[in-house]
Amino acid sequence: MLNLLKLRRKHGHQAIPDLRSAVLMESHRGFPVIDERKFEGDRQTLVNACPTGAIRKDPVSVDLGKCIFCGECERMSGGAIRFTNGHKLGASGRTQLMVTSSLSYEGFRDCSIRARAEIHRLFGRSLKLRQVSAGGCNGCEMELAACGNVNFDMGRFGIDFVASPRHADGIVLTGPVTRNMAPALMDAYRSISEPKIVIAVGACAISGGVFGGSDETNRGFLDEVKVDLFVPGCPPHPLTIINAVLDFIGKK
Amino acid sequence: MPDVNWIEMKNLQPVALEDIPVIPVEELRSDVIERVKSGGRLVQFFGSKTSDGTMLYAVLADDNASRLFVSSSRFNGIASYSAMTPDLPSAHLYEREFYEEFGILPDGHPWLKPVRKGTPGIDESETPYEFFSMQGEEVHEVGVGPIHAGVIEPGHFRFSCHGEKVYHLEIKLGFQHRGVEELFVKNRNRPLYLEKLSESVAGDTVVGHAGGFIRAVESLADVAVSRRAKAIRTVALELERIAVHLGDLSALSGDVAYLTGNSVFGALRTRVINTTMSICGNRFGRGLVTAGGVNFDITPELQESILSMVDRLDIDVALAAEVLFSSASVLERFEKTGVVDRDAAASIGMVGPAARASGIAVDVRSDHPFGGFEFVPVHKLTLQGGDVFARAYIRFVEIQQSMRIIRQQLMGMSDEASKKNVGTLRRDSLVTSLTEAWRGEIAYTVITDANGEIARVKVKDPSFNNWFALSLAVRGEGISDFPLCNKSFNLSYSGFDL
Repeated sequence: MLNLLKLRRKHGHQAIPDLRSAVLMESHRGFPVIDERKFEGDRQTLVNACPTGAIRKDPVSVDLGKCIFCGECERMSGGAIRFTNGHKLGASGRTQLMVTSSLSYEGFRDCSIRARAEIHRLFGRSLKLRQVSAGGCNGCEMELAACGNVNFDMGRFGIDFVASPRHADGIVLTGPVTRNMAPALMDAYRSISEPKIVIAVGACAISGGVFGGSDETNRGFLDEVKVDLFVPGCPPHPLTIINAVLDFIGKK
Repeated sequence: MPDVNWIEMKNLQPVALEDIPVIPVEELRSDVIERVKSGGRLVQFFGSKTSDGTMLYAVLADDNASRLFVSSSRFNGIASYSAMTPDLPSAHLYEREFYEEFGILPDGHPWLKPVRKGTPGIDESETPYEFFSMQGEEVHEVGVGPIHAGVIEPGHFRFSCHGEKVYHLEIKLGFQHRGVEELFVKNRNRPLYLEKLSESVAGDTVVGHAGGFIRAVESLADVAVSRRAKAIRTVALELERIAVHLGDLSALSGDVAYLTGNSVFGALRTRVINTTMSICGNRFGRGLVTAGGVNFDITPELQESILSMVDRLDIDVALAAEVLFSSASVLERFEKTGVVDRDAAASIGMVGPAARASGIAVDVRSDHPFGGFEFVPVHKLTLQGGDVFARAYIRFVEIQQSMRIIRQQLMGMSDEASKKNVGTLRRDSLVTSLTEAWRGEIAYTVITDANGEIARVKVKDPSFNNWFALSLAVRGEGISDFPLCNKSFNLSYSGFDL
């Protein structure tokens, strides 16, 4: 009993008080900043080396929807592409995920997520989500689960994962959508009543990621439904996920 | 056991393909059965397409002597062979997998069901999957999945129950199949991509899988990684082990409604993965291991901060475990639940902490040392219970062991550079790379062709050995104990499905 009290006392309060203004450590690879002037050598080498084909040249751009934030391009380009610790990477449109040389983290943040009044009215105070892993490696799944742990405690905003799609307001998709999961994913989506949203979490869900070239995927689901929120990363940090969702539902 | 039918090798020691004996499949079959019965262990059993048919390779381990043995058989127009499974239960998934990928029938296999793709030649969406069905008036079935209740990967569980009691659990996987092994070969000219792919085989075992694959490549390129790089990799591997074990203790606490444990172990886990992020910028160790060494060094300041984190963690874990394992309400649920006894564990070929909790002393770090473990010996830890308690408690003692390993590795860091260049790979060679990740033995066998290019990558996650143990564990238990049993193994779907 004494040990239990000692443990509780030591544990204290683990929740991060302000998830909106929390800053991640310097080493975290978040938003990439491109400085076109610093480029030396062959840009094509860089384009070819990127494991997921996220980099384009002339002008140089990084597609956050494909990027796995491995940092190889930072080493190869001598810092012309530099990963900052900026972690608020969510976007409400696929095109917003293209980062070019002129774009700063603040500039990206200003236009990446459009909070719609209707979404705020519907889901601003309560958002229940059904997570579907369709080929995810368990990286994104672990970070989504971490959103609810004692440190991040996403539940404080009325956002929770629920067991049944019938109780859900939307789907959180992870993984490149394998052929074997495509039917179940569609079933889950159809079981959710309207209005509903789709959130794609991680490079695999957004673009196929490292599995983009696989013959075992079937991404037809993404042709049929509209993705409302993209959360880049491999996997995205819990703060990236939570902030993206909060911005999307218009929570201050 | 010198024998013309097998060639001896060690973990990470490449052999030339021409030196690997090619023997008739009947001989291979009887040899494997006999050797496993006399103490050997089946590590890999897989096919590989060549210009003149299909090759079947078998890799066996002699754990006590730190040796591996490989042999092979050629199928040229042969459509079937006599299955090993009736004599060797641990071969049952390997044979199903071989049939699924190459269409060569293991004749007499008692459970020849799809593994990931379906029956050869039939579209997987049309492949009928016949679940085992129990007969009886009040027998009922409970089907769960592929989408589960929580935020976890997909798989289908089919319980045959009488009342609350589970008589049989059939686990159907394959939903996560992404074609990992094909992607390794298809992208063999993109070494960076291959490293990132290996990190995504199982996203909860990034350092384990990337390390396993990359060490195989390094040994084929005859690159000796620096002592410093080995130490950094080992620190990351043990941090991964500690983090997941803590997460599992948290989840096990949650499954028995012990919320203090759920919160405390969860918070401790966060501390550990944040330490991993301080090394390499990612909470799961992505981007750290690269062919030839590591991408991130551990500076003296970082070394200090890791050591002080470990010191604090040591004290905090000890207290949290003391409270957890002395709580009557926890013990009542943990003890004697989900028992897999030693004989069952051995016969199905279990590995990792789950096997060690059933009294089987297997640990690659000790049996077939790799990387940093070549310098620092690891003592094998075992418990005898084989129940949820043993699988929980072994995690606690392994966390303590890993903290000692991290201290030793950080103390013994040399000043060498942490990265070397990797050139071309040996031609026509085979290497098996074994790694003890947190879940158990990861095996990568890589085969190169006449141009020194990767021709085949065979991946085996420890989940491949251990999923069947979960079926055995829940037999005779109440169905409500399933989540607890499941979590006590915490097996990978993506690592199995590939």
